[in-house]
Amino acid sequence: MTVAPISGNGGESSERAAHAGELIYKHRLPTRLWHWINAVAIMVMLMSGLMISNAHPHLYWGEYGANLDQPWWSPPHFPGWATIPSTYNLALARHWHLFFAWVFAVGLTGYMVVSFLNRHFRRDLTLTRRELAPAHLWQDVKDHARLKFPTGQEALSYNVIQKMTYIAVLFGLLPLMIVSGLSLSPGFNAVLHWPLDLAGGRASMRSIHFVASGLIAAFIVVHLVLVLLAGPYNEVRSMITGRFRVPPDPDAEQTPREHWLPQALSEPLRRLFARRGRGDVA
Amino acid sequence: MSGILTRRALVGGIAAGAGTLLSGCDRLGQNERFQALLRTGEDANYGLHRLLQDRTALAEEFRPDQRSPVFRANGTRMPGGDDYARHLASHFADWRVPVDGAVAHPQAFSMAQIRAMPARTQITRHDCVEGWSAIAKWTGVPLKLLLDRAGVSPQAKYIVFHCADPQSNGTMYYESIDRIDAVHPQTILAYAVNDELLPVQNGAPLRLRVERQLGYKQAKYVQRIEAVASLQGLYGGKGGYWEDAAGYEWYAGL
Repeated sequence: MTVAPISGNGGESSERAAHAGELIYKHRLPTRLWHWINAVAIMVMLMSGLMISNAHPHLYWGEYGANLDQPWWSPPHFPGWATIPSTYNLALARHWHLFFAWVFAVGLTGYMVVSFLNRHFRRDLTLTRRELAPAHLWQDVKDHARLKFPTGQEALSYNVIQKMTYIAVLFGLLPLMIVSGLSLSPGFNAVLHWPLDLAGGRASMRSIHFVASGLIAAFIVVHLVLVLLAGPYNEVRSMITGRFRVPPDPDAEQTPREHWLPQALSEPLRRLFARRGRGDVA
Repeated sequence: MSGILTRRALVGGIAAGAGTLLSGCDRLGQNERFQALLRTGEDANYGLHRLLQDRTALAEEFRPDQRSPVFRANGTRMPGGDDYARHLASHFADWRVPVDGAVAHPQAFSMAQIRAMPARTQITRHDCVEGWSAIAKWTGVPLKLLLDRAGVSPQAKYIVFHCADPQSNGTMYYESIDRIDAVHPQTILAYAVNDELLPVQNGAPLRLRVERQLGYKQAKYVQRIEAVASLQGLYGGKGGYWEDAAGYEWYAGL
């Protein structure tokens, strides 16, 4: 096991103790740059991907699958507001999809290389033994369920569920999208064939590509909801300028955390998730 | 902050923002310069494939039991026009396929001659641009044999396939491939599918199989093969019916 940094030892660059209310430098430039390039690339690929799905909205398992074969699932027809372009045009959707595939793949590769070199992964994504202790994990699950966000020093580093999610997305889902996407290409299959063998055929690989894209969409939804709940202004600013205001501890100060975001949005969500733990959080 | 951000403002803002972005994407997609930018992706993909692929790297071939129960037909199922009807009635006895253009010895091949030439049989997967796939067994003559007899000029960069099926916009179906795919061992002019003579819906009497590319490159009803230095002067100039009519990629390896 590698010696991992102690949790709470700062985000990407802050080493010293931070005080509530203080503006600190949280996200470094390569991370911020990649975040936004990747956000655009993924949105374009998801939406043009839905248009491509509309061209043949049936998913099969195995080597082949066409109209006369049995699909395991037929996705719905995706409406114009969810697709690029908004009216049926498979050729144009493919141009968008296959161009931004390069942006996505080159961006991800560049981010990976830089994040290994500048030790972003090691400092911020390495799981410590303490974090993986069942009691700690369970506490983090409970905090998430009650929408209790870390404050003070703890808000500067990723929590354990956050780390595990980022690890799964960065090293699992995103590379899987690239490999499964490349494997849908008959030209690429003539070069590298084992991914298709592993998946059990092209129709299977197409299903995997679709399901994995759905998981990415789900990640984005949860990510955005959490940004809104944690304080959209502070979170978005930290991803643009890098500066993050250390959230005050609700026990120590008069301002409860949930007042940082629109009450109309936070209350229904809190009621939904935190029914049982209300007394604890307040 | 909470005073500024009401739920209505938030939902309205997201909807308006998404709407603007979407119509922006549509406008961008129609902009010629942006389309040219997107199309650099096609050039990059073509370049990458040609860089990584061994020229003779084969598409996967399958066992007979891995075939689709039914190999579906797509596109033209019955070419219009009296000429094709006459050929069909005479079982293509007079079907001649000229190989001409930038070649040293232009010549025409009858179906009898083509069937008498060395044949290749392959069980391969047909991948449609729409996303479906089907596996079938194809038998035909390697295109290279015809091209070698005609002696393709070094100036010819593309091989064009002129087809007998008129399309709804009034032009005839056609397709083209580069010289690398033209001499690839799996590139054949097939006259049989799953051990039967090609039915009309699958391109009787002769269709192209170029196995490392998508379905719309697999031209059916091939009635003339032409070697050319450039695709500019042909039909819409983009090298194929779907390329001209709807903007699909000429290089359909992905």
